[in-house]
Amino acid sequence: MEKIFNLQQLINGIQLGSIYALIALGYTMVYGIVRLINFAHGDFFMIGAYASYFIIIFGNLRGYHIPVVLVFIISISAGSVAAVLADKIAYKPLRYKPRISALITALGVSMFIEYLFSALPFIGPSYKAFPNEQFIKSKIFEFGNTTISNYIIIDVLVSVGLMIFLTYLVKYTRIGMAMRAVSQDKDAAKLMGIDIEKIITITFIVGGGLAGAAGLLTGVSYPRIFPYMGVLPGLKAFIAAVLGGIGNIPGAMLGSYIMGISETFATSYNSLLGEGIAFAILILVLLFRPQGLLGETIAEKV
Amino acid sequence: MRLKKDIKLLLYCFIFYIIVFSLNRYQIIINDYILNIINLSLVYVILTVSLNLINGFTGQFSIGHMGFAAVGAYVSGVLTTIIWKINPSNPLNYILFFIALIIGSIASGFIGFLLGLPTLRLRGDYLAIVTLGFGEIIRTIINNIDYVGGPRGLLGIPKFSNFTVIFIITVISILIIRNIVFSTHGRAFKSIREDQVASELVGVNTTKYKVYAFTIGAFFAGLAGGLLCHLLQIAHPTQYNFLGTIFILIMVYAGGMGSISGSIIAAFGLTFLSEGLRFLLRWIDNITPTFTVGIEWRMVVYSALLIVIMLYRNEGLMGKREFKILIPEEEE
Repeated sequence: MEKIFNLQQLINGIQLGSIYALIALGYTMVYGIVRLINFAHGDFFMIGAYASYFIIIFGNLRGYHIPVVLVFIISISAGSVAAVLADKIAYKPLRYKPRISALITALGVSMFIEYLFSALPFIGPSYKAFPNEQFIKSKIFEFGNTTISNYIIIDVLVSVGLMIFLTYLVKYTRIGMAMRAVSQDKDAAKLMGIDIEKIITITFIVGGGLAGAAGLLTGVSYPRIFPYMGVLPGLKAFIAAVLGGIGNIPGAMLGSYIMGISETFATSYNSLLGEGIAFAILILVLLFRPQGLLGETIAEKV
Repeated sequence: MRLKKDIKLLLYCFIFYIIVFSLNRYQIIINDYILNIINLSLVYVILTVSLNLINGFTGQFSIGHMGFAAVGAYVSGVLTTIIWKINPSNPLNYILFFIALIIGSIASGFIGFLLGLPTLRLRGDYLAIVTLGFGEIIRTIINNIDYVGGPRGLLGIPKFSNFTVIFIITVISILIIRNIVFSTHGRAFKSIREDQVASELVGVNTTKYKVYAFTIGAFFAGLAGGLLCHLLQIAHPTQYNFLGTIFILIMVYAGGMGSISGSIIAAFGLTFLSEGLRFLLRWIDNITPTFTVGIEWRMVVYSALLIVIMLYRNEGLMGKREFKILIPEEEE
């Protein structure tokens, strides 16, 4: 038992959960507003990681140190730009078509981004080492058997900070109020004079930005990036969002931490279990509580 | 009347078979390479038509089709390669091969049934995620079973799938699915696609029919998987990943949701296009010495194609139309 339930795994799980939470929030926001499972969301995360990778490499080549805040802003904006472009080019024309069409287009967009990145000669399909030591020097603190690196602290602090910002945005601003209105009833929101397209764009900006930030954090703490890095975290974050109740922001956070912690514990027990636990959780949730942990029961509309 | 038309259809198939077979015999136009692509296309026809039964005709959204194909491939592959150790030199072994194929398909259909029973009550996009997760689970499990080769893949599978075998099985599969689609059950499927609530109101047991479509689709996917691994002589976990499913999805949507004819055309067209792009990319690579054009661009073209189809021609090539020859007489 000592092997499985130790503090170290719990801390690693919280770190992983923080990164999942940033991705899951984008998923859940886009789903809440457009009712679309945006499969390309994991790729915005990958784009964020690559953007920060290139800016750090560029800085190293020229010999000056790029400020941490600037790298952070660049990875966020890369995620946002990618998300808005995907929305304008691929999702907007299908907004009032059957939902399945948009879903398949999202799959297409996701594949397109992944393969474009692995086909471009300066990126390529191979793994790249993220220059995390040049970005932030790693420090390790030891407490008995447990070690905490400063990367873990950065991951958790940054994601909690972003989550607080998001909660503030959604709960206490006019834009957030409009977002909630659109997610409740699109037509009524339109009648109240809310510019739906503008709200959707803002949602994609915020969601893509969170994914981009998660990409940077992943690059720093798990320094290995490649064009398909977004696929599995994207899926797991989506499952976390479903676990918490899709469309529900606190639910996405809760689900992500449960997901991250259960995954690290399962992996430390057996690697096969670690790979499969996400999908097992998904199937269990959909069977016994399809609305998620914090979701409300919605009767299917006729 | 229906019988007469079906005989005509079978006659056309037979003529097609004779032409391809004799051209290949004397290596005119159809050399072994092209024949191999035709074989691959025929396997894709089964996969596409069976996925169309679930996605196109019943309006469910399954994206774990290759998971079912993997079950069929590994079950039949293990039977012929590891347990029975048979090879095609003895014609009697083909009987065992067919038994292995059927067992693989039944296993796949059964898993489809087990998966469909609880999940098909879910809304469309949740179903998509569950089927996706299912495909990944199957792949992970296969990756970790050493008995079937794990990440190395199952090697040395005997080459039972030749053109004749694949052609006959493909024609039979198409006919069976065609007959289901144009039967009372088929009308129930289509009513679920058009409006689930309305079809429930007129007394269609929607859950039952969804599970039914799902099971049949999984059965034929398993059959195609079995054929595929006996054609390529290897079953590898990466063949059956999410990407493989996307490949079939593109075929379904390019051909038209709810059109068997469209699926057949798209499976042939896109398999040949995929091979053609290989040559095109190599040619571009040769004329641009500074810029290497990798095979990855093939998938870039494919995914762009999928997006363009969805944006500009939602209904696909054939829409819901069928070739006249595929429609049973009474329906006209």
